[in-house]
Amino acid sequence: MAQREQWASRVGFIVASIGSAIGLGNIWRFPYMAYNNGGGAFLIPYFFAMLTAGIPIIILEFALGHKYKGSAPKSFAMAKERWEWVGWWQVFISFIISIYYVVIIAWALNYVFFSFKLGWGEDTKGFFFNKFLHLSSTPMQWGNIVWPIFICTLVLWLITWLILFSGIKKGIEVANKIFMPLLFILLIIMLFRAVTLEGATKGLQWLFRPDFSAILNYRVWTAAYGQIFFSLSICFGIMITYASYLPERSDINNNGMITTFINCGFSILAGIMIFSVLGYMATKQGVSVKDVAGAGVGLAFVTIPKAISLLPGAEFFGVLFFLALVFAGLSSMVSITETCISGLMDKFKWERRPTTSLFCVVGFLLSLVFTTQGGLLLVDIVDHFINNFGIVFAGLVEVLVLSWFFKLDSLREHANSLSDFSIGRWWNFCLKILTPMVLSYMAIGNLIGDIKKPYEGYPISSIIIFGWAIVVGIVILSFVMQMGRSFNNKK
Amino acid sequence: MSIGAILMMIFGLAVTWGGAAICISIALKKRNG
Repeated sequence: MAQREQWASRVGFIVASIGSAIGLGNIWRFPYMAYNNGGGAFLIPYFFAMLTAGIPIIILEFALGHKYKGSAPKSFAMAKERWEWVGWWQVFISFIISIYYVVIIAWALNYVFFSFKLGWGEDTKGFFFNKFLHLSSTPMQWGNIVWPIFICTLVLWLITWLILFSGIKKGIEVANKIFMPLLFILLIIMLFRAVTLEGATKGLQWLFRPDFSAILNYRVWTAAYGQIFFSLSICFGIMITYASYLPERSDINNNGMITTFINCGFSILAGIMIFSVLGYMATKQGVSVKDVAGAGVGLAFVTIPKAISLLPGAEFFGVLFFLALVFAGLSSMVSITETCISGLMDKFKWERRPTTSLFCVVGFLLSLVFTTQGGLLLVDIVDHFINNFGIVFAGLVEVLVLSWFFKLDSLREHANSLSDFSIGRWWNFCLKILTPMVLSYMAIGNLIGDIKKPYEGYPISSIIIFGWAIVVGIVILSFVMQMGRSFNNKK
Repeated sequence: MSIGAILMMIFGLAVTWGGAAICISIALKKRNG
């Protein structure tokens, strides 16, 4: 049997894990979450969530992947054969994310080119929704393919294919060793420019003003845990897969902590950059920062372009910002796709190159749906359901089965025997009690919320097809995958 | 910026980048030791 591929170095593994964790959410989600949930005081629940859920889960996933040397389905199957479906569930979540995430990166890549001439003009909102996306009025009205988005989606799938086709060492590791330093250089340049802008401190005051009364609000705590879950690339198989490529004697605990701290540190720097720019924009327009603050697609493609247009050297700053989005997104995209490819390779004993080629062709074809005029609305629905009912529920099941129905101590001992330092029983407590409690609360809350009211008022038919059908369908498909051939090299 | 906001910003940067620096220094010490 062929030897499993390995990272060339510890640095390579850490950089790839950081590349996976740092994504679009660090840049466009964290700053608004902090601003909207107590400002500087949000950091207290955020760090609590980081220490009690982020770090314990990342160590759990690193230990599981490393111990069983397998993708998510294989690792769960090796832990207990009947849990293979949990791994497939995570793989299917990654698969769904990969086919729409690439389209969001494609929007950012288009905006890199628009930046050269500030192509979005004065009316950034009208430009994004009407001239660029040609947005249809409902998710079921797909309309035509939007060709600039199609071309960039194709290019991004080709880059992803090339990286994964080249394997772990020569592909993923090399790519991340290029993307990550570039991303940090871009961020630092933008950061220095942003904090020296007129009104930057006004923006930072809104981001970091501590409203300690928010700590008493349970919603702020679930927001903090949600931010940690969604930004660390945990609970959808990626970290299990990446750790499976570690050599026999490799650190687990310290690598998990380094990845987590740098991911969260990046979010804070991104927050400083974003809110400095928003402070500048608010000053220039003579409005309050709260009138321009936002998150997600609206922040990245409507508000920030408007702010960029006001800057001296706007074109340069625009290219830097959207390139940063592309690098952050692409490094995550590679890890999401690798999770799926690794699962298929392990299960069917396929070779990397044909598996990668097949997967990327299928992925690209399915991505086309999101390159249509209805793309943004479809992305919105699928992303909402995959995050709230895919990742949260899969994370809950992962934590429950591994901490309550498996010898959790065996993973802790495995990690401790290899690591720079040991972790104590607090880790068991976080995984057995604290994390399942928070995830259960989030899962039930999400379920009640979406049953009571259709998400964002979208038509029920589109919510059922692109929301519920997908999240339920992938669970059924996971059991189907488990029924196929077993991982026959189980020791 | 208010003192409270400045302190929270420093707190955020210190916990994350300070934490990362400590972990990296432990890794380097173990490698060299």
